[in-house]
Amino acid sequence: MKAEIEVLQPGLFSSIQDLGRFGFQKYGVPQSGVMDRYAMRICNMVLGNYENASVLEITMQGPHFKFYKTTSIAISGADFSAKINGKTIPLNERIKVSAGDELKFGSPASGFRAYLGIHDGFISEELMDSKSWYEGLTEYSKLKKGMTLYYSPEKSKERDTFSSLKIDSDYIRSKKIEVFPGPEFDKLPEELQKTLFDSDFTIEETSNRMAVQFREDFENDLEAIITGPVMPGTVQLTPSGKMILLMRDCQTTGGYPRILQLSEYGIQVLAQKIPGEKVYLDKKEYPDF
Amino acid sequence: MADYPQILPLGDRSILINFKKEISLETLDKVLFFKKRIENFKFKEKVEVTNTYNSLLVSYMFTIEDVYSEVLRLKSLLSEANIPKISNYKIFQIPVCYDRKFGLDLEYISKEKDLEIDEIIQWHTAPLYQVYFIGFLPGFLYLGGLDERLYISRKKTPRRAVEKGAVGIGEKQTGIYPKSSPGGWQILGKTPVDLFDKNRKPPCPFSAGDKIKFNAVSKTEFLEIEKEITDGNYTLKFENHES
Repeated sequence: MKAEIEVLQPGLFSSIQDLGRFGFQKYGVPQSGVMDRYAMRICNMVLGNYENASVLEITMQGPHFKFYKTTSIAISGADFSAKINGKTIPLNERIKVSAGDELKFGSPASGFRAYLGIHDGFISEELMDSKSWYEGLTEYSKLKKGMTLYYSPEKSKERDTFSSLKIDSDYIRSKKIEVFPGPEFDKLPEELQKTLFDSDFTIEETSNRMAVQFREDFENDLEAIITGPVMPGTVQLTPSGKMILLMRDCQTTGGYPRILQLSEYGIQVLAQKIPGEKVYLDKKEYPDF
Repeated sequence: MADYPQILPLGDRSILINFKKEISLETLDKVLFFKKRIENFKFKEKVEVTNTYNSLLVSYMFTIEDVYSEVLRLKSLLSEANIPKISNYKIFQIPVCYDRKFGLDLEYISKEKDLEIDEIIQWHTAPLYQVYFIGFLPGFLYLGGLDERLYISRKKTPRRAVEKGAVGIGEKQTGIYPKSSPGGWQILGKTPVDLFDKNRKPPCPFSAGDKIKFNAVSKTEFLEIEKEITDGNYTLKFENHES
């Protein structure tokens, strides 16, 4: 049986995501999936869901929903002052929702992306082993007004949940982005290598699920590479000096030099940065081989 | 001089393997030989191996716990002296209509390269093109083997929308737009065939290592194939090559 959520207001940009498509890069299909895997994990753990249960990724300005059947939800990641029927609800906790309840997100208090998890995950189109929305591939790419989201109503019997879960939310406000050197890092002159880690960078307004860009340019004369693999977290440097930090919806191959590679934690932190915020890069090293 | 293949971690969720920096069939043979070998290895975790001209990317679904031993494991999988040529692949026949209606830049190419339109079509349909890999867009084939006489600059101002199925050339490359998108290639014709169909399993019939041939078809044939595709009665022609 399917229960419904009515989308009264869609907010800025929300999409259903899970851990993404795995095994289809060989056909040129982007991985997609949640930007902040940690927040998704918390939602699903708190609800006792399986780890790949789909969640709603909510960017900056949250939607307004009406639920039609009893269920449980959990919100993690950014804090957008969520309220049920006007009453503030806590993050990172399992919350009971009854038929007729309205969930509304308010002003952003911290972070850039909030995650709404629901009992058993959302019921939606599965394509190439994933429920992640991606424009041009799935039927929907973002939440729209009047749309209906589906879920399975929760039976009265409650599940074991991780009530004693220890959650570290410090990353939401962190400015430190963890990076490893990329395959073409050594091609950068030493002076530039140093500057990379001594500078502050500002998140560009145009940043999205495909890529984050920095406002600051990085003058360079690196040559293009023979088109090679890229993945979420790869940092490309264009001839005009733009750093492109590829995110979950990125293409599978590229020809710009790959100067850095974000760690998964680096992606998680960057996913929560608001355009205009400043960050710095923290260099991690690989073990010696 | 660097020793190939080079194995280097890429972040904490994947490992990159680089081969000699060149676009060649010899390097592709190596890349695909080792790709297969890594794919056949029983990893405990979910792993996907993709290739480009001269690289393999081994990506893991989650953060790799022990990068050191993964690199060592790949190193041992990569030790092999005798690389056979790719022996099993498919040869696809792709129908292309080179009618002026679709070949928007045929006249421009003809003038620019001082070639008859028939010669352009002849040289474009003659080679057996090598599929190096699929990337950039879902279903976009990186093909090798374009006749040198058809090397041409990209359009100075890219078109805002090139039709899905458009077949073009640019610099030393030829290819097919798997979906409508902005593009700067010189357009020779159009294929009615879907290079990527999300509902098909697999969504894309081509694999790195396959070869394709363009077959010139008339406008009438183009429309017939298009109808067969819409009705679900069309199957892309290919032959298996085994040695």
